[in-house]
Amino acid sequence: MKPMDMTAVELGTAIREKKTTAPEALQAVFSEIDRKEERLHCYITLDREGALRRAEAVQKKIDAGELTGPLAGVPLAVKDNLCTAGMLTTCASRILGNFVPTYTAEAVKRLEEGGMVLIGKTNMDEFAMGSTTETSAYGPTGNPWNAAHVPGGSSGGSAAAVAAGECFVALGSDTGGSIRQPASFCGVVGMKPTYGSVSRYGLIAYGSSLDQIGPLCRDVRDCAAVLEQLVAHDTKDATSVKRNDTDFTSALGEGVAGMRIGIPRDYMTEGLSEAVREPVLVAAEVLRDKGASVEPFDLGLVEYAIPAYYTIAAAEASSNLERFDGVKYGYRAQDCEGLHEMYKKTRSEGFGEEVKRRIMLGSFVLSSGYYDAYYLKALRVKALIKAAFDKAFASYDMILGPAAPTTAPLRGKSLQDPIQMYLGDIYTISVNLAGLPGISVPCGRDGNGLPVGMQLIGDSFSEKKLLRAAYAYESARGAFGICGEVK
Amino acid sequence: MAANRITDETIEYIGILAKLALSDAEKEQAKKDMGRMLDYIDKLNELDTEGVEPMSHVSALENVFREDMVTNGDMREALLANAPGEKDGMYTVPRTFV
Repeated sequence: MKPMDMTAVELGTAIREKKTTAPEALQAVFSEIDRKEERLHCYITLDREGALRRAEAVQKKIDAGELTGPLAGVPLAVKDNLCTAGMLTTCASRILGNFVPTYTAEAVKRLEEGGMVLIGKTNMDEFAMGSTTETSAYGPTGNPWNAAHVPGGSSGGSAAAVAAGECFVALGSDTGGSIRQPASFCGVVGMKPTYGSVSRYGLIAYGSSLDQIGPLCRDVRDCAAVLEQLVAHDTKDATSVKRNDTDFTSALGEGVAGMRIGIPRDYMTEGLSEAVREPVLVAAEVLRDKGASVEPFDLGLVEYAIPAYYTIAAAEASSNLERFDGVKYGYRAQDCEGLHEMYKKTRSEGFGEEVKRRIMLGSFVLSSGYYDAYYLKALRVKALIKAAFDKAFASYDMILGPAAPTTAPLRGKSLQDPIQMYLGDIYTISVNLAGLPGISVPCGRDGNGLPVGMQLIGDSFSEKKLLRAAYAYESARGAFGICGEVK
Repeated sequence: MAANRITDETIEYIGILAKLALSDAEKEQAKKDMGRMLDYIDKLNELDTEGVEPMSHVSALENVFREDMVTNGDMREALLANAPGEKDGMYTVPRTFV
């Protein structure tokens, strides 16, 4: 088997068994990049020379028996909102167009410690604000299955890179669905872990109470292996949680017999396209055949998640993005009369339209006179949404539904109407509000060959259960495959 | 209608809070966008949240304390290298009073 036909775990095994090497695996990835990157634009920054040096260093450590982990030698791509020491980190924004961090994000560091080889930084919506990777200041990314369509967002470059074989594993971040939705659009496995499971140290913050880093992978086993390396307590992130159930791979084969799975009736109503509904329900049947009990139920409050989310996320964004002021790093506007004008001009020229829209909305809902009516109201609704999930998990082990209401839209069609675009987050967003884990697994294609994703949502810290169910489904489904040739 | 709450003065005020300089066209667009978004967010008022505590954080964690100790090394030069303006180991900015 050639490296490109392997999953990350298979590749790691082949490297350990000396059937291939880390530099060879890297070359295989480079050759996919050479063939596809011009059309797809998955990356903002590619560091071929650095990656080759890292691959050679990793190979030496593997040969010396110092690196023995399942992912040692496997090429890795990282979303461009995760800091990488010495490597440009732009957040797909003009305002960070020249920013080279002095330190590496903890999540990236942990994967590098496991022997993964960083090759570059993937495209995304500017500051992770968007659902299509079209708000990037560095141009859009194409969907590998049909480059006229978007890859989803905001981790669109990461999802497309995995789907196109331009890497084996990619890191993304998920504030309202930004891992699961592009995973669904690109036909890869994407997981948002429970809030607090992966250190956010070195992640350029968008909505701090919602942001969580997670993997995009070729299959569920890869996802479990990467998660095992990622999840750890970190004192550098005050919201980091101590967990001792991180042997995610061990539980994979245990099956779903006896598992109780609920499908929210309010997810399967109008607004959900038929091309998505059908494969998701077929996937549910597969899990039923494997011994799970599957039944519909009423989750409730679904339509209130989007307005609550956009209030809270915009509020946190307006506060988090105050640090971009042209003083310590990044872009600074020229010819300014005084400090205050420099701040305003820098930010106005440095931020794109969608980012400014959310900063303004956030500034408004936090401003005196509106704070109670908007921000606190949204936090109260968030408490109700969390309670609705608690109630659901009293009866069910997990919730099954779509990851997004449609398959990937055509490029150039989404940004004109922001609210319409926000509505596409309906199945992913409440998971972030409640801090829950969620995983998207490919479960079919629409008439144009674009992938459809099934989403499984679990109670806090139930990643093992989710991975078990996802693995049981995936084993029955058979390989989904990566995209050989870009259409 | 929330749109009515977004007057020219409101947009000016938000521009100050958000530290953004907007052109007249951008201000008009912002007024429209924000009005529409607030109309949509007003949907939350359909829910009775009387007596519901605002939930700022889902995490069960209480305050997390640590010793106030410096653990990273001296990165002064590296950090300053990212600055748009630097002089004698300090950040430079345009004059504060014009």
